[in-house]
Amino acid sequence: MTVKKKIKKEKKQKKAQTTEKKPKKKKDTNKIKNVKMNENLIGETEVFMDDIFVGSVEKPEEFIKKIKNERRMNRKFYTVNVYYDKKRKRIFIGSKKGRVLRPLIVVENGEPKLTEDHIKQLEKNKISWSDLINEGIIEYLDAEEEESALVAIDKEDLTHEHTHLEISPMDIFGLCTSLVPFEDHDHAVRLNQGSKNQKQAIGFYAANFNYRMDMDVNLLHYPQRPIVSTLTQDIVNLDKHPYGQNVVVAIMSYEGYNMEDAVVFNKSSIERGMARSTYYRPVSSEELKYSGGLMDDISIPDKDVKGYRSEKEYAYLEEDGLIYPEADVKEGDVIIGKTSPPRFLSSMDEYELSTSSRRESSIALKHGEKGVVDMVLLTQNEEGNKLVQVRLRNTKMPEIGDKFTSRHGQKGIIGLIVPEEDMPFTSSGIKPDIIFSPQGIPSRMTLGHMIELIAGKTGSMAGRYIDGTIFSGEDEMDIRKELENMGFREDGSEVMYDGITGRAYKSTIYIGNMYYLKLKHLVSNKLHSRSTGPIQLLTRQPTEGRANEGGLRLGEMEKDTLVAHGASVLLKERFDSDRAVFPICEKCGMVGVHDTRTNSFFCSVCGTDTEISNVEMSYSFKLMLDEFKSLCIYPKMELKSKLTVYDEDEKDSSKSDDKKAENITETENAKV
Amino acid sequence: MEQALKNTLKKYETKLPGKIIEEIETNIPAGYSKIKFEKLMEKIYAEYKKTLTDPGEFVGLIGAESIGEPGTQMTLNTFHFAGVAEMNVTTGLPRLIEVLDARKTIKTKMMDIYLEKPYSNGENIEKIISSLKETKMGYLVDEINIDISEGKLDVLLNNKRMEELDLDIEKIFKKCSNKIRSFKCKKDKDSNIIIFELKSKSSSLNKLYDAKEKIKEIYIKGVKSIKQVLPVKEGNEYKIVTSGTNLPSVLKLDFIDKTRTRSNDIYEIRDILGIEAARQVIIDEVMKVIEQQGLNVDIRHIMLVADTICVSGKIQGITRYGIVKEKLSVLARASFETPLKHLFNASMMGEEDPLYSVIENIMINQYIPGGTGLPGLITEIHTKNTKTKKSKSQNKKKAKNSKK
Repeated sequence: MTVKKKIKKEKKQKKAQTTEKKPKKKKDTNKIKNVKMNENLIGETEVFMDDIFVGSVEKPEEFIKKIKNERRMNRKFYTVNVYYDKKRKRIFIGSKKGRVLRPLIVVENGEPKLTEDHIKQLEKNKISWSDLINEGIIEYLDAEEEESALVAIDKEDLTHEHTHLEISPMDIFGLCTSLVPFEDHDHAVRLNQGSKNQKQAIGFYAANFNYRMDMDVNLLHYPQRPIVSTLTQDIVNLDKHPYGQNVVVAIMSYEGYNMEDAVVFNKSSIERGMARSTYYRPVSSEELKYSGGLMDDISIPDKDVKGYRSEKEYAYLEEDGLIYPEADVKEGDVIIGKTSPPRFLSSMDEYELSTSSRRESSIALKHGEKGVVDMVLLTQNEEGNKLVQVRLRNTKMPEIGDKFTSRHGQKGIIGLIVPEEDMPFTSSGIKPDIIFSPQGIPSRMTLGHMIELIAGKTGSMAGRYIDGTIFSGEDEMDIRKELENMGFREDGSEVMYDGITGRAYKSTIYIGNMYYLKLKHLVSNKLHSRSTGPIQLLTRQPTEGRANEGGLRLGEMEKDTLVAHGASVLLKERFDSDRAVFPICEKCGMVGVHDTRTNSFFCSVCGTDTEISNVEMSYSFKLMLDEFKSLCIYPKMELKSKLTVYDEDEKDSSKSDDKKAENITETENAKV
Repeated sequence: MEQALKNTLKKYETKLPGKIIEEIETNIPAGYSKIKFEKLMEKIYAEYKKTLTDPGEFVGLIGAESIGEPGTQMTLNTFHFAGVAEMNVTTGLPRLIEVLDARKTIKTKMMDIYLEKPYSNGENIEKIISSLKETKMGYLVDEINIDISEGKLDVLLNNKRMEELDLDIEKIFKKCSNKIRSFKCKKDKDSNIIIFELKSKSSSLNKLYDAKEKIKEIYIKGVKSIKQVLPVKEGNEYKIVTSGTNLPSVLKLDFIDKTRTRSNDIYEIRDILGIEAARQVIIDEVMKVIEQQGLNVDIRHIMLVADTICVSGKIQGITRYGIVKEKLSVLARASFETPLKHLFNASMMGEEDPLYSVIENIMINQYIPGGTGLPGLITEIHTKNTKTKKSKSQNKKKAKNSKK
């Protein structure tokens, strides 16, 4: 606010100097006059401050110059931006928050204001970034002012027309994207995807992870700093929070198990700890207070509690109803024992014993979950209720189906884990950790991927980190030369031998070191299958979703494919998941009753004086008929025999015809 | 063709479609022996049978999938006609939906007008174009002055545009006179002005303004409702593409090729050329869209759709008001759109669902009548000295037991 006010004041002063307000009619004549006289003085230019009209100036160019000078001289105004719309004769001054600003080096007369001297002083820590801003060497522009600025990317490109110089050409990329080494060799689309993938990488996300209760967090064991890194890596201090590992990658196919983006992993590498991670999942529960002085109770539930599980499932609980740390739990095991008061308290219940009417509300592991209890936290929440948080820990070894990626958008999942003795090896005995398919390269044009591989190889052999910063990183040719000097082939390829037969491959294999990231999509959290299992109460169809051990829906379009093939029996079988048999009264066509005690059938409408047949149909259809009834529609089922017998008197006597088991007549129900 | 061969051919008249028989008749070389010909016919018949669709094949569903899947790849772009007067044409999925739904009002009505011989080479094409395009008074007017005190409108005409269309004030005056009620029409030849004067001076100002709008809409020349005309060179000949259709009027013109001139309005074609022509237009329009998008759909799928739309003699789109309404099964109709409407109506009429079709059998989880669900088992049942009636009921019971 203070900045705004001051600017307004400042402008008012300026206005007093440069302009006097004129009546409207005079404007037009003035305009024409000025245009004729001098192009620089177009006439009255309207000035808008944060989109609000504040006045007008006669000499817009001068006015803008003054504001810009003021901004460069006075640190308080460094976020103020001016945009001049020549066509509409308007000046827009922006000072509101929410605009995106970016720093640029100011250029005057084709010379950048930032000199070698400044850089030297910066290196010696004598001056700082804010000094550069104070001195007007660097200024921030918003999107609007950038429209009227001419920004040079390189110092060599500078002309007298340029107004600004990019601090570094790297600036055109965002944080994640500029982490990719040699990205100036990659296709732009891949860079985009690559930076998206990097965000999902498992790494060392926080040093205090051991004391945190994060939801759904992965932690990489033995994270490494990348051999081939970029300048951004240092700027954002990523060396202290690495997110991947340097591995040996061979680009070749292996028995077809790395086709279509799959990768083949070395089993011994995994056993040595490559790409191992821990998955943390907290479970929490609190003691809620209810009306009437009732409340939850965290403890081992009594045996007479409603919904008591088996004793075995409470085995891990200690006296306080909480599980002990380092307990190895599996699905069904109770982690926090809890009982709650009855849901609907009737007046009668109050006289009963309280324990018998309480219900079980323990937290247990759901289907497919397992792990080790890592930490148990007993605390209270904002309302003062007792709060229990339990953190489960799971060590995740890489397995078939886990997702990995390089930094170039070359993601893939493990297709095969091969014992080390079967892995191909080089003449020096190096066996790759990962085998990556060459099919992924040509169409995606990620040459940065290839260069990183060769640079990583050079860096690991030379024992140094390699700078892969875009536009300014190390030269590919120098890297190759260095590799050659160390006794390798210049192109990074090597003669390799089949690990199974021991024969040398006919072609040389491109092999080197790369930074590989394990992504948080782990199969073990997603794998799901079901044969039979829980069903929904209402429709009797299988439940939905992995957490509920649900079925996989054969949807409308999948149904269409079966129909198109004419596979009618298979189709029926697929939809048998809610098959049911109902006794149908042939008189009224509604569902009858089967008395299992006497094994007799009767219809609740027509009584026993009717014929009742069992008919098979899907339960959901019966449900639909029930809903029809609630709409006052009378759905009558008319039964016919599946067999039709032709009269023997007829010539083709022994012909019989398949007919539908039931027909439906819908008649109006007159009485509601 | 020899008589002997003709006799053999006659045997196949009921077995093979007429087109094939015709083709054989014209293509058989002279001096073909009878035995050889008979063998040939046998082979042709066998080949023909092979290409026939099997009974119980779900042609409709396969057709729907074959059209629907490429439909997902279509772009929603409209196609631009580059030319003097730019035309926007709806193509792609919107047009496909328009045709298949058999919409009464389509977004861009168009005609392809083919010309008779001398004109198709480009002769007098400009004249033809100007005679086709509908011109309204508004196009020729420079200014309309309203004189409130006198109760009259002075319409100043544009000379250049009149020349362009080969018109003069005389002709325009003829078209204008008596077109607007309670207005008298005068002309002023020297100043190119047509004056509309109120007959009774007591009328209100509103009337003058209404008249002004009406004057602009007076029809002067050309074919009505043809808004734009564009000559397009197709191969060696010129055709005329118009936006807006008026098939009956265009067919009356003598310089057009009446056999090829067509409109893209299905209903217009149906009214003038009949249902078979409408069917052909549906096929053509759908194929045009599909080819434009660079997709490949077999024409037989589209022919099936077109047949379904036109089968009842009137055009019924694939909507809940069209062919879905005609479905026999209550459940099938309810499973499409507006289920409650169908269920209530059915219950009021006491409708019976015979369960003849696919979707209702899936709903009740029974075998669908088609594919492997189509054939039944025929077997001989031996009953000793019992009447058929009895055996029937016995079988019924058996069937019920088997259902358990």
